[in-house]
Amino acid sequence: MADLNPISYWEKLLALPNDSRRKTIFVAVVVSLVCAGLVSFTSVVLRPLHEKNLQQERERQMAEMIAALPGLATVLTDAGATRLEVRVVELATGVVAADMDPADYDYEARQTDPTSTDIIPEADDVAGISRRPRLAPVYLVRDGTNLVLVVLPIYGRGYQSTIRAYLALEGDVSTIAALSIYQQGETPGLGSRISNADWLNNWRNLPAFGAEGEVQVEVVTGGAAQPFEVDALSGATRSSAGVSNMVRFWLGPSGFGPFLDHIRAGAQ
Amino acid sequence: MIDLFLRSVLEENLALSFFLGICTFLAVSKRVSTAMGLGIALIAVQVITVPANHLIFRVFLIEGAWRWAGLPEVDLTFLKLICFIGVIAATVQILEMALNRFLPGLHRTLGIFLPLITVNCAILGGSLFTVERDYNFAESVVYALGSGTGWALAIVAFAAIRERLRYADIPQGVRGLGIAFIVTGLMSMGFSAFVGMGSP
Amino acid sequence: MRHQSLHRLTEPIIDQNPITRQILGICSALAVTTSMATALTMSVALTVVLTSSSIIISMIRGHLPSSIRLVMQITIIASLVIVVDQLLKAYLFELSQRLSIFVGLIVTNCVVLGRAEGFAMHHPPWQSFMDGLGNGLGYSLILLMVAAIRELAGTGELFGYVIFRTTEAGGAFVPFELMLLAPSAFFIIGGLIWLIRSIRPRQVDPVEFPLCPHSSGGNS
Repeated sequence: MADLNPISYWEKLLALPNDSRRKTIFVAVVVSLVCAGLVSFTSVVLRPLHEKNLQQERERQMAEMIAALPGLATVLTDAGATRLEVRVVELATGVVAADMDPADYDYEARQTDPTSTDIIPEADDVAGISRRPRLAPVYLVRDGTNLVLVVLPIYGRGYQSTIRAYLALEGDVSTIAALSIYQQGETPGLGSRISNADWLNNWRNLPAFGAEGEVQVEVVTGGAAQPFEVDALSGATRSSAGVSNMVRFWLGPSGFGPFLDHIRAGAQ
Repeated sequence: MIDLFLRSVLEENLALSFFLGICTFLAVSKRVSTAMGLGIALIAVQVITVPANHLIFRVFLIEGAWRWAGLPEVDLTFLKLICFIGVIAATVQILEMALNRFLPGLHRTLGIFLPLITVNCAILGGSLFTVERDYNFAESVVYALGSGTGWALAIVAFAAIRERLRYADIPQGVRGLGIAFIVTGLMSMGFSAFVGMGSP
Repeated sequence: MRHQSLHRLTEPIIDQNPITRQILGICSALAVTTSMATALTMSVALTVVLTSSSIIISMIRGHLPSSIRLVMQITIIASLVIVVDQLLKAYLFELSQRLSIFVGLIVTNCVVLGRAEGFAMHHPPWQSFMDGLGNGLGYSLILLMVAAIRELAGTGELFGYVIFRTTEAGGAFVPFELMLLAPSAFFIIGGLIWLIRSIRPRQVDPVEFPLCPHSSGGNS
């Protein structure tokens, strides 16, 4: 008798007139539970795959960017390095945070966490990210003791999505070696072209800093005249501007500026 | 703030730059009076749902939101779509009931258009953009007002053009829907002239 | 019965095409047609969501109270879209990045809700399945045609394979850059509607204000 009860109870509920209050609540609850269950199940099961994909994408981009730089591939193999040196630095001072294990630091998660970020004053918020993490990872490539490459993970607001990229500076910490965008959701066919190798190549060998140490690299419309300018993509003005603002912010005093000054001063 | 408002009305017009809410845009724009009614209803729904969704996202869904309960790792952002839709559907339903009770004349005029707003991509798009661009609460209110106004402006202008087109001698195959598409394309090209207007 | 089911499948492809006839599903159609790869992904994603939501809603249509009908339908559709989105992010990561917010917009894509409300609520599951599939195919047809024209004329490529070498790459083809901007999708769809109505004059709208016979131009 006890077995039949739940089943007959279920059937009784189903047999109620559709517009009765009980039936309405019953249907609402059941459908919501089933949907929520399905969605949560899929998310949880697939999350490791997502993260693996993201991680793979990041590593692939990093490897691609490094491999494309002349002479660097040999440096890496000679040094026997298959990975980069990762450090976590304190952005405000530019000093390496000695007690942080880089492997434990989830940079992307920290970017939206109010307890690990500081609000950027509007006048300085060139990249449109409103909050800036206190700590950030940096990647260093050395040839023996010489610094060959400094790779900075940067992000900023594009036209309709967050653009994430790696900016590689040469050993002089002043010339851009490469820019590699590994995540963006800009308009397909238009803004999304900022990820095209052709356009990203325009960033190579640009003198990012001027004579007084100010950030001079930028994206301009109507043709790049100066050696530190990059021509914007036609039909993707806002996305190109997003990239420009992002690079300028993170090279500047509110971004990795203090850290770069530190390196130039001879630390590390 | 004014910059944000103007940008969302002109430069980033939901109907003519992002093409959100185009189904209703094309289907309900035969007369200016009905287009106006729909536009105003849409502004109302937008101004209620975008800030509400923003708050819900910040308070319940983002990672770290449940820290006070001792669950700092919980990240519910994948539920954002369902939550937003739920809020929009509920808002439209409540608005309809409220109008029916307090402003029956207006409710009758709007008629079928209020429920139609539930499935308007522009409303959901507005909420999604607010989250994507990380606006704070005040900015989300201004954006809601601006984007709603922009969409309403676009549909009223479009309806005005279509009313005139009824008297034109248009080739058979392109009469009605065909010419509507072409006119929308032309209007959107016109609106794209506003790009870059607000940026420094 | 079988004849009728087949009819449900084929009718929405041209005669009752969701985009050119029912004015449904246009929002997401425009932005993803700049390349065939994204258009194809969007088409497949939408068809999957449309057919599954039609079947599910049709199966429970007997028990949905009318006061929460819309919300329930939307909940089911939204859940299906999230599942598809997650699957894309897990197995076709690059493609999912390009589609970004537009996959999410399948939820309010008028085709899905329109067919759910207009058909699945009043017909048995098998019929709803065929209707969903038919509408999905009709939608995909228009999407792919528009994408083919836009990608070919705008970049000289199809699916990323170079068909016409552009002048930048040393060839002779000067790409028609308007095709990469969204308004061109409108023009192309307008043109497609013109084409379809020339083949099927039944679909033509009647003239609202015919010219009088005495006017100087005369009417044809």
